[in-house]
Amino acid sequence: MGVAIEVKALNAWYGATHTLQDIELHIPANHATALIGPSGCGKSTFVRCLNRMHETNPIARVTGSVKIGDLDIYNDISPVEIRRRVGMVFQRPNPFPTMSIYDNVCSGLKLNGYRNRRELDEIVERSLRSAALWDEVRDDLKKKSGASLSGGQQQRMCIARALAVDPEVLLMDEPASALDPVSTSKIEDLIFQLKSQYTIVIVTHNMQQAARVAEKTGFFLNGRLVEFDSTHKIFTNPTDKRTEDYITGRFG
Amino acid sequence: MRVAAPVGDLSTQAADAPVSAVRRFLLARGSSRWADRVFSGLMLLCALAIFAIVALIAAELLSQSQPSWHAFGLSFFYHYNVDPVTHLPLFWDPVNGVFYALPFIYGTLVTSLVALCIAVPLAVGLAVFLTEMCPRWLRSPLSFFTELLAAIPSVVYGLWAIFVLIPLLRDNINPFFIAIFQQPTLVRLFAWTHLFGDDGLFGGVNLGLGLLGAGVILAIMILPIIAALTREVMSAVPNSQREAALALGATRWEMIRIAVLRNARIGIVGSVILGLGRALGETMAVAMVIGNSPEIHLSLLSMGHSMASVIANEFTEATSDMHRSALIEVGLALFLVTILVNACARLLVWAVTRGATARVQ
Repeated sequence: MGVAIEVKALNAWYGATHTLQDIELHIPANHATALIGPSGCGKSTFVRCLNRMHETNPIARVTGSVKIGDLDIYNDISPVEIRRRVGMVFQRPNPFPTMSIYDNVCSGLKLNGYRNRRELDEIVERSLRSAALWDEVRDDLKKKSGASLSGGQQQRMCIARALAVDPEVLLMDEPASALDPVSTSKIEDLIFQLKSQYTIVIVTHNMQQAARVAEKTGFFLNGRLVEFDSTHKIFTNPTDKRTEDYITGRFG
Repeated sequence: MRVAAPVGDLSTQAADAPVSAVRRFLLARGSSRWADRVFSGLMLLCALAIFAIVALIAAELLSQSQPSWHAFGLSFFYHYNVDPVTHLPLFWDPVNGVFYALPFIYGTLVTSLVALCIAVPLAVGLAVFLTEMCPRWLRSPLSFFTELLAAIPSVVYGLWAIFVLIPLLRDNINPFFIAIFQQPTLVRLFAWTHLFGDDGLFGGVNLGLGLLGAGVILAIMILPIIAALTREVMSAVPNSQREAALALGATRWEMIRIAVLRNARIGIVGSVILGLGRALGETMAVAMVIGNSPEIHLSLLSMGHSMASVIANEFTEATSDMHRSALIEVGLALFLVTILVNACARLLVWAVTRGATARVQ
């Protein structure tokens, strides 16, 4: 089951660029939260701060606190451990091309030393079913490479890969932006299904997508969180003028 | 079991016991920080081993070359005596205890330079052909034969050079260059370059053996390494870059120039540096064709000597301590020249790539 995320005074830099400024945010457990905003506003950096991927870039720096459940991820726990609890799906599908579909899905478990064959089989099937991919791939699970699937299938396989380690939080950085409308709607259905069991944070450029899948929406602009509220409120009656301008396309 | 569950039917699945078993298993695993530390420690050790090996070699060369260093000092690298009979410079005369290393340094640098001038265009052209325009059926045989060139032992190259390359140079190729470089009008026109005429690049006696022959054989030897690495770098350039250029209306050559060569240039320079390293240190084939005479002439037809070849030729016969020590100092010089050349090449890469990153994402 998912846990809530509490962000306090979060600041992030890339070199001298101050990418995130004083972010304060409470992301509720077992709901989907969408982050919207123009390119370069810091929303991707923000999700990357939630599993400490931001600091994998040598020139990146972070201050402030992020609590996932009861854990302060920047003090109580190592980045490796937090990433075992927080799954991530990237903008472009990134299957391991040398591994079969089966090995791709259970790679997170295998690298952690999970060796029970029977249980691995079960977990792979359950994860692929959860990602709505099982029926399409079950006949060549171990025959086909993960990279031989179509883009949409690859992305669903990456979601299955993230789900296989049973994360408490699932971060999705524009998971459908490289996909066609059919695959996109499959991914959206998926998010809709998954959000009752996982805390989902989804970055998106597509406002309809945010409106369709998320209960809460945050609007980022120039490294600041301008407004954070229920999706309904953000899209029908935003408090801030800038949010309204962005939503209605009158921006800039 | 094979019946697909509807996508909506997830609530029961996720709450299954094995899922929390996974979570429990992962939580029990700890941070594995010690394993990471051991791993990075081991990798650091591997990296430090390089420094240790280089330092040990340098220390050994330094200590063994002490006698010659004390006798000649820095003048070892530039000084010469004058032969009392012929009044020509005398650099190296083991019988009379004259040891100055300049002709070897000169020979090594000139033969390597000749080798690069021949091998780099050939290798880059070969790599472009292999990655961009080669028909599929020809690709693997051609790559195979290129790599085969690298597998031939250098003494075999030397033999081939003596029996095939040297006569070919002497009888067919050198006369052509001599005709150009000694052509009276050209000699007059380009007198200011000092490269034409009887004491120019192609002056003197045409024996076949000499700096040019050594340079050509080196070129053939470093060709495969440069070609193979350049090909790797070029095939790593993503296709989207090629498409970007083609979509702008670039011809095939223009596409190769702005999308492939430009993106691959750092890698190409890197492979040239590796080839150069091999050329500087190559011993056997050079010793067999360079002529082994410690002299310095501008002419590429003249005989010379290289640092590696003099060590190989004379070390077994070095009876005096001073001779032995001088040869080891030549080795030290070779070591330093290699480092210096590499440093310059790196500087060049840095100067070329400063400002704009050439990395393709």
